[in-house]
Amino acid sequence: MALLPFPLPFAELEVGHHLYWQIGDLYLHGQVFLSSWILIGILIAFVFIGTRGMKRDPMGLQNLLEFLWNYIRDIARDNIGEKYYRDWLPFIGTLFLFIFVSNWGGALIPWKVIELPDGELGAPTADINTTVAMALLVSLAYFYAGLSRKGLRFFELYVEPTPIMLPFKIIEEFTKPLSLSFRLFGNILADELAVGVLVYLVPLIVPLPVMLLGLFTSAIQALIFATLTAFYIGEGLHEAH
Amino acid sequence: MTWLLLAEAGVPEGGLFDLDATLPLMAVQVVLLTFLLNALFFRPVGKVVEEREGFISTSRADAKQKLADVEKLEADLAEQLKGARQAAQAVITEAEQEVDRLYREALAQAEAEANRSKEESRRAIETERESARTQLQGQVDQLSSTIINRLLAA
Repeated sequence: MALLPFPLPFAELEVGHHLYWQIGDLYLHGQVFLSSWILIGILIAFVFIGTRGMKRDPMGLQNLLEFLWNYIRDIARDNIGEKYYRDWLPFIGTLFLFIFVSNWGGALIPWKVIELPDGELGAPTADINTTVAMALLVSLAYFYAGLSRKGLRFFELYVEPTPIMLPFKIIEEFTKPLSLSFRLFGNILADELAVGVLVYLVPLIVPLPVMLLGLFTSAIQALIFATLTAFYIGEGLHEAH
Repeated sequence: MTWLLLAEAGVPEGGLFDLDATLPLMAVQVVLLTFLLNALFFRPVGKVVEEREGFISTSRADAKQKLADVEKLEADLAEQLKGARQAAQAVITEAEQEVDRLYREALAQAEAEANRSKEESRRAIETERESARTQLQGQVDQLSSTIINRLLAA
């Protein structure tokens, strides 16, 4: 950091610093909640304004919301099937929207303007807790989907097509949330770090292509997370005959 | 911004992979957000979109039904038109035949009339000529007897 003769106001790299909140003996990452509340607020406001006075002939924001809805429905329907996708559409859609808003919000909102005592605001998805929480919810969701639909026969999945698959399938139950959470976390954190390093070195223009690439990968990560969620749930619901 | 510093002394070291109570709370938050978005976004938008899809499919079915009706009516009309044309043709043919028949009848009648009157006149002429000849013969006879009488008397 001694490369530059003067400190730049908006370019400083902080990794692994958190704004700790304490509840009893438990600690929370405050900056994650603050940024997620702001982003959720924006998302809710957007949705709330867009769904007011919806008509059969869509106007303005309703078009965008319907496009989003159709997009999410296609993800859910393609992976889960016509029969059950309705039950899981809100969950998959919420994951998609929350991750998308988090990723883009983390990249587009000038968080550095708000100064925190410790840590810094950013994409909530750049914190491992958020991604692990969502990945575990996905695991719970597809276990619930499979068990509620097929009972214990859900576990037949483990010995199909042959019982040799059993150990791999069991390992898979652990690798699924692991890969889901680390993929998202790693991509978003890496994007923030890459942009941060570039901004630190060359504050103007040069980081822009990387920022655009970051926006692209952020959107793709949201899509991947939602699609994999839908796929896992679809797999859990799938009737193997 | 120190009011945000809710933790007391002895906060953890931190780090990239620092898992703590943020995880379950974030999970709860995402679940709550799911319910909230379901109520605010997925259900209402889904209702509107599916209503529109229903409207479109019923309208399309209606339109198809109407099109089928129209085609049936068109076929009916074409059939009727064909019948009417045939009937008209039949009427025309009949009328033409009638006219022809009337013409021939009238012609034949006129010819017969002409023949009849010609024959009549011919017969009248004949009788006239006969009577004239007979009369002339009588006069010739009378004249000749007169001439004879005069000559003999002289």
